[in-house]
Amino acid sequence: MDEEYDVIVLGTGLKECILSGLLSVDGLKVLHMDRNDYYGGESTSLNLVQLWKRFGKEDTPPERLGLSKEYNVDMVPKFMMANGALIRVLIHTNVTKYLNFKAVDGGFVYSKGKTHKVPATDVEALKSPLMGLFEKRRARKFFIYVQDYDESDPKSHEGLDLNKVTARDVLSKYGLEDNTVDFIGHALALYRDDSYLDQPATDFVKRIKIYAESLARFQGGSPFIYPLYGLGELPQGFARLSAVYGGTYMLNKPECKVEFDENGKAIGVTSEGETAKCKKVVCDPSYLPEKAKKVGRVARAICIMNHPIPNTNDSHSVQIILPQKQLQRKSDMYVFCCSYSHNVAPKGKFIAFVSTEAETDQPEVELKPGMDILGPVEETFFEIYDRFEPTNQNEDDGCFVSTSYDATTHFESTVIDVLSMYTKITGKEVDLTVDLSAASATE
Amino acid sequence: MATAGNSNINAKLVLLGDMGAGKSSLVLRFVKGQFLEFQESTIGAAFFSQTLALSDATVKLEIWDTAGQERYHSLAPMYYRGASAAIIAYDITNTESFERAKKWVDELQKQGNPNMVTALAGNKADLEENRKVAAEEAKAYAEVNGLFFMETSAKTAVNVNDIFYEIARRLPRAQPAQNPGGMILTNTPSEIAQSSNCCS
Repeated sequence: MDEEYDVIVLGTGLKECILSGLLSVDGLKVLHMDRNDYYGGESTSLNLVQLWKRFGKEDTPPERLGLSKEYNVDMVPKFMMANGALIRVLIHTNVTKYLNFKAVDGGFVYSKGKTHKVPATDVEALKSPLMGLFEKRRARKFFIYVQDYDESDPKSHEGLDLNKVTARDVLSKYGLEDNTVDFIGHALALYRDDSYLDQPATDFVKRIKIYAESLARFQGGSPFIYPLYGLGELPQGFARLSAVYGGTYMLNKPECKVEFDENGKAIGVTSEGETAKCKKVVCDPSYLPEKAKKVGRVARAICIMNHPIPNTNDSHSVQIILPQKQLQRKSDMYVFCCSYSHNVAPKGKFIAFVSTEAETDQPEVELKPGMDILGPVEETFFEIYDRFEPTNQNEDDGCFVSTSYDATTHFESTVIDVLSMYTKITGKEVDLTVDLSAASATE
Repeated sequence: MATAGNSNINAKLVLLGDMGAGKSSLVLRFVKGQFLEFQESTIGAAFFSQTLALSDATVKLEIWDTAGQERYHSLAPMYYRGASAAIIAYDITNTESFERAKKWVDELQKQGNPNMVTALAGNKADLEENRKVAAEEAKAYAEVNGLFFMETSAKTAVNVNDIFYEIARRLPRAQPAQNPGGMILTNTPSEIAQSSNCCS
């Protein structure tokens, strides 16, 4: 350990592992440590025994739930958009070769007390029971406009400069109803609240295009894919990338105390009496709590079930978004379900997650609308965890702290944080213009 | 997972053993026919594939090297996931590395799948004058633990091809895939997107 490194990374969560991989590939000398004896930190996947322990249950899991080791329960459950930013990072770094993916069966949205398949194209809009007859036609026109929109071709712009007009302006041009706006904004563009309505529409239109293109990519019922054996595979894959390019890995290192010089600049990390020197420290907020502030709380429930979620066409993997307005809340609620078909549970078992930005101290009460659509559950775990954001000036202290994982069921916000951290650390941007069509799926 | 079809078998093979036992040298000798006296610790490439033509099957081995993650015992579960075969290497001139190889056998029995074809390789067999581990001792250990044993030399190439071919011969032929195969996102333009047949 008594060596000097360019960067020491603390915590093997997904964000830290992606950064470790990118930095090692750049030729930097990286030491990566974790206080736990497993990979993944907060973004690990647990087996049943570990899950029991994590939630402080004293007894052992009942036999009816099956073998512990057949469970891979994500602590930060999320799906990957097939054409999204994380896939680009995976292809860019070639980490895809360590992983196996399967399409996610369904993408649904909750409206007026029921779940509906999310319509993402002009054809689907016409079939969707989410809208009345005239609204379907208006939505169809809107989708055609989005599909045809090409930033570099002014003819496709229909006279709207998306850098100037707001998303609200675009939606009102097509005369769409509030309910429709609700599912387009939250279930297709995947915004977490309604502030996007008053922002320039360019981001809004791009997000809908990514959703539609992702949906078209694997002919699945949703635009999402998910790795076999759970998301815990992702940090491991990026850690391997880092190791292949010379990164050093140490798990089970207690303490991991960051050392500072008299100017408050990070100069190393001490564990078990040994100090490794470094120029920069990258970590999750739990390693430098004094450099992060609490910005919110996530309420969530993890449920083990014997059946798919009702009214989702028996989907073995599914996302359901419950937009804030449908629940009279300030933030959306997300339901995520995965099963043995993705090797995260024994045969016949399903794992459902309900999560939202907590607005009260009672997750049981707050999560009820999401719990209600699950049907009978075998076992439920409730919790509220805090979300942190860094508060430090990394030019001064050489510390780069990641933001906690949010309640969303996809990775777009995760990757945005990673890429901006990478730019702060190296002064460079990651070029993610990979050839997505070349990166195809093979059986 | 070994998957069979038209007697084409794909199998993941993992290398285990302590630093300096010569794991990477074995693979480099086998895949590229090279040997470097002062091979640096594994950097840059830790994933090889080699296709072996046997009389009854074509076996494509995907060989995973540890990428140095064995050094502080931080190999991820992913490393073992789906492996059909393993080579556990030690250095015949180093008793410690043989003792550590036994630990790797235990680890493999805990993490790996039970039907795995496992080889014990006593490497650096060219350094006979410095031998510390008797071949008989290793052979007896291997027999008790259901491994097959060979002494190899990445330097002189003795038994290197043989150990990989023996693994290929021992892989189950018509083993059905235990898991319905997921899609692998590859970076090769020639392969066309297919819908996955996994969604039931």
